[in-house]
Amino acid sequence: MAKVTIDDITIEVPDGTTILQAARMIGGHVVPPAMCYYTKLKTSGGYCRTCLVKVEQGSEKDPRPMPKPVASCRTTVMDGMVVRNTTSPEIQEARAGVVEFLLLNHPLDCPICDQAGECHLQDLSYEHGKEGTRFEFEKRTFDKIDIGEKIQLHMTRCILCYRCVKVADQLTDERVHGVMNRGEVSEISTYIEKAIENDFSGNMIDVCPVGALTDKTFRFKSRVWYTKPMYAHRDCDKCSGKTTLWYQGEDVLRVTGRKDVYGEVEDFICNTCRFDKKLTKDWVIEGPAEIDRHSVIIQNHTEKLIPKEQVQILPNLPGVDFTKKIES
Amino acid sequence: MGKKLLLQNIDVPGINTYEVYRKTGGYKSVEKVLEQKNPDAIVEEVKKSGLRGRGGAGFPTGMKWSFLAKPEGVARYLVCNADESEPGTFKDRYLMEKIPHLLIEGMITSSYALGANTSFIYIRGEYFYVLRILEKAIKEAYENGWLGKNIKGSGYNLDLYVQVGAGAYICGEETALLESLEGKRGNPRIKPPFPAVAGLYGCPTVVNNVETIAAVVPIVNDGGDAYAAVGVERSTGTKLISASGHINKPGVYEIEMGVPVEEFIYSDEYCGGIKNGKKLKAVVAGGSSVPILPADLILKTAAGNPRLMTYESLADGGFATGTMLGSGGFIVMDETTSIVKNLWNFSRFYHHESCGQCSPCREGTGWMEKILHKILHGHGTIKDIDLLWDIQSKIEGKTICPLGDAAAWPVASAIRHFRKEFEEYVNNPESIQDVKHYFNVHNVAEA
Ligand SMILES: Cc1cc2nc3c(=O)[nH]c(=O)nc-3n(C[C@H](O)[C@H](O)[C@H](O)COP(=O)(O)O)c2cc1C
Ligand code: SF4
Ligand code: FES
Repeated sequence: MAKVTIDDITIEVPDGTTILQAARMIGGHVVPPAMCYYTKLKTSGGYCRTCLVKVEQGSEKDPRPMPKPVASCRTTVMDGMVVRNTTSPEIQEARAGVVEFLLLNHPLDCPICDQAGECHLQDLSYEHGKEGTRFEFEKRTFDKIDIGEKIQLHMTRCILCYRCVKVADQLTDERVHGVMNRGEVSEISTYIEKAIENDFSGNMIDVCPVGALTDKTFRFKSRVWYTKPMYAHRDCDKCSGKTTLWYQGEDVLRVTGRKDVYGEVEDFICNTCRFDKKLTKDWVIEGPAEIDRHSVIIQNHTEKLIPKEQVQILPNLPGVDFTKKIES
Repeated sequence: MGKKLLLQNIDVPGINTYEVYRKTGGYKSVEKVLEQKNPDAIVEEVKKSGLRGRGGAGFPTGMKWSFLAKPEGVARYLVCNADESEPGTFKDRYLMEKIPHLLIEGMITSSYALGANTSFIYIRGEYFYVLRILEKAIKEAYENGWLGKNIKGSGYNLDLYVQVGAGAYICGEETALLESLEGKRGNPRIKPPFPAVAGLYGCPTVVNNVETIAAVVPIVNDGGDAYAAVGVERSTGTKLISASGHINKPGVYEIEMGVPVEEFIYSDEYCGGIKNGKKLKAVVAGGSSVPILPADLILKTAAGNPRLMTYESLADGGFATGTMLGSGGFIVMDETTSIVKNLWNFSRFYHHESCGQCSPCREGTGWMEKILHKILHGHGTIKDIDLLWDIQSKIEGKTICPLGDAAAWPVASAIRHFRKEFEEYVNNPESIQDVKHYFNVHNVAEA
């Protein structure tokens, strides 16, 4: 176990936990935003730099601070580490910079984007961005392409988080897409627009934090905040069959995985469940999706509080040792 | 004449051939280590020598070698970084072209020290003709029993391969290099793990610069102490400097660490002074990434001491008044040079070479280039100068690999020391002579 203090809140976590995971165990405002990390995708994270934090003390043994901000999603905690996120003006400034970079060439076409309302870039900009833009040049654009029958790639909106590339590498049988070109003109591509045809390709849509990969069976059908999410399941021979159905009236407009507050799915689902089962009779309805009662636009902000007995938050009060071991 | 440890025989006719190289004492270090049969002792000598990596970062080589993990039954690799793409740096090319066997000898000795049985030289694609030279030299080394199975009856096996890159600066970053060597897209890896633990094909790997590996030869031949006796402070031995720009004698010079910068620029032994009797304006001392310094600060430190060609002296004063030795790419600019134009040229390079993995570098490098292009053409504002400063500060230290820093430092230092010149471009656009329409890299794919 390692004891780590993030924004003055101390928690004990298993060895090998990343700073980001430790912060998520604490929950609330100390959690750095993460645009590219995805717990279920190996080697994800490190790219977007939104989760940068300051390590004020490396560990109990070696208390030296780390010279540069580190990506909390890819840095494991050490016993006695002291981390600053929201309590570091320097980190807030750096993050505002990252948000500005991510928006620099982003089209900001939110009014006509299917992802609006459940877009992590929108949330990030709202929380950490600045008003206006200082970029006065032409933004880069790409043509939309269809990758397969059901998925559209709108590269202009992409923030190159690499999550979809990891889905292709890790979930599907054959790797058919990746990143082409380099630098500013890097693009996610299937090379010669080869279609991605396999049972799990639809998960790319779920992991995409922005509106770059969208479900063609749902495109422009409705704004997400007019739809009602219901948990449902079915017997599926390919996946767990546990999904969220998005209703408008009696109609199922789309099917997605069940996402947590960080936009991460509980289970990856297969394309049959996602694209081909759009009737209520296909499903066993469990009830309304878990929602965050504090949110007006409820979709996907399904705040699920971690049960108290799993996480113990140890306040740092002077002279009082609240340190208690937590059973792992 | 300063002492030479690498290029002392460079003018011997035919030194690029095996026969002549061998006659001048070549491959003695290999004989010595195979006879002594004590790889750890070589690592100790390298530690004693104080040799620091010549690829740019100056990390102590002996220490790097001692970090190499040695799990049972797992291969270890030595990879030589011959990607040399930093603008202003061309010393590795010179060494490989003129005296290729020195690198090969260093590779064998170093591989033996590290217990590697397969080693690689990764060379930039633009050095295609050097590839031919190296391949020929490697063939000669095989034919003469210095490579292959059971080298000189010692029981030690080593195969040496050369791999060409495809023209990307980023493949000089050691983990991008390893990715590329594995046949993948050359993106830097997120560290840790470091190559010493999981490098090429996930195995423990040492990556060293060409010059670093070549320097192992004199260290083994004469001992670490003899090497450390050359140079000053923690800058031991000799350094190859690629001198370019407005000087009378551009070229590659082997200097003893500690030569005063003033002597290096003005003496006939080295650069031979500024061309056409012009005045010195500025120097980029260690390749395009390091901070540019105006004449007064490159010749003397802020405290008024003579600046020396060493890691420590060039860094004296931090980034406020100092710079770095870097890879030794010494670019001299005379009074006619436009700092703004030069900076735009550098920024264009970094924009073109960013791998695009992390957002500050991917987006920031292009933005800085566009603003510089605008200022250069007389359309800039004072706000643009401040904006440039702000952008570089949001890239520096926030990226996956140091290319972000390399793109930020030239911008920061040019504004720090030459802000007036930027303001001149803004305030008196009509005074700008020679505004050609410079090609702006908007689209790398088309460039
Ligand atoms: C963008 C970038 C480009 C680099 N290019 C080179 C290069 O061309 N040659 C080189 O030796 N080192 C280069 N380096 C440094 C290498 O990452 C690495 O530090 C070096 O090869 C280690 O060798 P050394 O310890 O012998 O210097 C580069 C680093 C970066 C960040
Ligand atoms: S700093 Fe630039 S070159 Fe390095 S990993 Fe990030 S985008 Fe790639
Ligand atoms: S979430 Fe950590 S770098 Fe993107």
